[in-house]
Formats: sequence, structure tokens, C-alpha cells
Amino acid sequence: MTAHHPTSHTAARVRRLEERLIAAGLTDDAELDGIITRFLAGASPLNGARIVARAWVDDDFRARLLTDANSAIADVGLSMRSGLQEQRLTVVANTETTHNVVVCTLCSCYPIGLLGPSPSWYKSEAYRSRVVRDPRGVLAEFGLHLPEETTIVVHDASAESRYMVLPRRPAGTDGRTEDELAALVSREGLIGTALV
Amino acid sequence: MLLVVSRVNDVGGQTGFGDFTVEPDEPPFHADWEARVYALNAAMLRRGVYNLDQFRDAIERMPPADYLAAGYYERWLTAIETLTSGHDDG
Repeated sequence: MTAHHPTSHTAARVRRLEERLIAAGLTDDAELDGIITRFLAGASPLNGARIVARAWVDDDFRARLLTDANSAIADVGLSMRSGLQEQRLTVVANTETTHNVVVCTLCSCYPIGLLGPSPSWYKSEAYRSRVVRDPRGVLAEFGLHLPEETTIVVHDASAESRYMVLPRRPAGTDGRTEDELAALVSREGLIGTALV
Repeated sequence: MLLVVSRVNDVGGQTGFGDFTVEPDEPPFHADWEARVYALNAAMLRRGVYNLDQFRDAIERMPPADYLAAGYYERWLTAIETLTSGHDDG
């Protein structure tokens, strides 16, 4: 993966940039602090998990989610309008025969508001280059060993279009509440590197 | 004639990048400066200093060796520096 260089040199570069942009009147400390606070408070895989749980208990919601995710997620109080431009969300459902997994080969596109900050492995050249060539092998490295007969579909995200996986509802979860179901869903399940 | 330009970031299907590591309980940012870079970019986008396509382009036209040597938020830092270099005195 890409090396991290959290050096004092880089931190000094950031300070110089920040001072320059503040001096130019383009931002200020309060705005920057507010952006970080809101990001850390709001962006979480719990959002994606709530969407999944609703789809597991409500067939009408599930159908709308799979055809027009952007409008459907408003039902659970979410939107893809976190930045300046609304990003198109496509939700892809795992089935008995098909498993979906998401990547951004060009950079790191990811529905950050629904899944939380993206993990370093998702942004690494190693994952981005290999998951489209050998998805079965990459999933196995995550401990997800899919049967040979399962079709794996890899979705390559872009700046305008983001993907989220709708995992299959685990067996033996009848009668659970939506909140209990949401608690079963992991970030990896929403990316497709885990079953749920 | 259409000139198709391949850029270093277009890694899909390439071999040789080795293994990725999964960091358990990874924090959103690994250093304070990463969070500041994230916020600076959001602020510039919000103000319309540049748009998301320009931001991505600025990352993707980094010289290949620099791109590969830089960490994720270092690429962001480089892009913001590039795109705001004409905004020094307002």
C-alpha cells in the first residue's frame, strides 16, 4: 500500500497552505474545525446499516432502493448531498448466486456519508489493481471464501456514481427489530468484502 | 485523432502492487494534518475555488513517481496547493 509520511515536514506544509488560504480570505479556523467535527460525527457505517435493515424488513423500500437509491434513502433521513453536488448512489443486492464487491480503480470514490471514512486498504493501489483482476482471491484474503459457482460482480465507482452493497439477510434473524438487524451489518459487508 | 492518455492512477488490473494490509480499528485520520487537509479541501469546494473534477485531475496529473511515493492525504495536499497557487492575495 501507499506509504504514509506523517512527518513534521508535511505538517509544516499543511500549516503554510492553511495560513495562505486564511490570509486570502478563502476560509477560517472556525469553518475548518466545523467541517472536521461534522464529518467525524455524521459519516458512519451505521447509516448504511440502517438502510440495509430497512430493506430487509420492507420489500417496497427494497424495490425502490434498488431502482432509485437516492430518493429511497430519504425514508431513513439520509441523502447523497453531503458535498456540493449530489452523487448518484447505486445499491447492488447480493443473491443466492451473485456476490457484489465495490472498488474505485481510479482513486477512492466511496459513499463516505453512508459508510464512514474509507479504510486505507480501500484506497491502496494493491486493492484497486487486484480486485478487478482476481476478486475471488482478494475476497479470500478478507476471509470470505465464496463457492466456485457464486458469480462475483465487481463495481468500479466513479466521481459521479457511488455503490453500496445490500448484503443478504442472515438466516435465523426472523423477528428481530430493525435496530437489531442494523447492528449485524459491517462496513465490510457494505463494500462487499464480507457477507454481512 | 483521439489521443488516449493513460495516467498513473489508472491501476485497475495492473500487477505488482503487492499486498494490502487491513488495519483493525483504523482511525479516520492518522494525524491532525490529515484532518486539516480534508477540511481545507471541503472548504475550497464549498467556496467554488475549484470543483471536484478539477481536484481529481490535479491529483491524477501528479508526476507518476510523486503520485506513487505520496500518501493518500499528501496527494490531496499537493492538489490543493496546485489549485490554489493563484489565490495568494485574494
